[in-house]
Amino acid sequence: MKLTHILPLLTLATATAVSAAPESFDFKDPKGVNNAVFSLDAPLESVNGSASGISGTVSFDPENPGATTGKIVVAAESMTVPNPMQKEHLHSANWLDVAKYPEISFEAKSLANVKTDADVTSADVTGTFTLHGVAKDITVPVKLSYLKGKLSARVPSLKGDLLVLRATFSINRDDFNIQKGQYEDKVSPTINLTLSIAGAAVK
Amino acid sequence: MKRILRLLALLVLMAGASIWLATGANRGWTKTSVPVRTLDAVTGIEGITYQEKFLPGVDFLGAALAGAGLLAGASFFFRKAKANQQPQNQK
Repeated sequence: MKLTHILPLLTLATATAVSAAPESFDFKDPKGVNNAVFSLDAPLESVNGSASGISGTVSFDPENPGATTGKIVVAAESMTVPNPMQKEHLHSANWLDVAKYPEISFEAKSLANVKTDADVTSADVTGTFTLHGVAKDITVPVKLSYLKGKLSARVPSLKGDLLVLRATFSINRDDFNIQKGQYEDKVSPTINLTLSIAGAAVK
Repeated sequence: MKRILRLLALLVLMAGASIWLATGANRGWTKTSVPVRTLDAVTGIEGITYQEKFLPGVDFLGAALAGAGLLAGASFFFRKAKANQQPQNQK
């Protein structure tokens, strides 16, 4: 076989291997849009807020979404509520103690019930959720949208792909030793969380 | 003094209620910032930023009511001034 015949085959094989490799998506958003929304029921008005300090990486293979792994980190200090007194309480040592536990994280271990339709994958992700210094394994329904070549539409100076991750789930503050069994008549023990974040894989 | 305190109480109550009503009669707690949502057209994610804005809530209204109540209550410690005091040994 001549070199001129081998070269295109090698190029094709290399290109296939490259496209099949998992991509690493960085979730530190230069546009600051990524956010985690939280809400807790309370008698007068539910406590609603959000956190913007999101970072982490996710390894995602569009050819094999079921093999997705990664870790998302939320800076506890970035959690904000519109009422200044509630924010002070939230950050204090009595509640989240952000000085002692600066990070809230979720590390994906495995995916189940993986369903892919075009570029959208839904799955139940099991992983370790760490909050207030307590790590607990939980399963979260997640939707992943793979936006191939769309990075330049967000950041014109960069080329690459985007991965949008959405998840809505609930946790119980008692499980994470946050005022366990206390003030349940004033602040619900159930914390509702909604994660809407985009990661970029620069090429 | 009695009259001044009662007028002040009315003023505090009216001002508190007017501010609360004018800013949208927020039936929750007082807020010093409000979330502003912006849609990222590429990802479809709604970004949240906080804009500084004073939004009085029911605690603000309660504080105005309590302030007015204190002023009105304090007015009872003052006796009504007698209009025409007559000398006692008038013969």
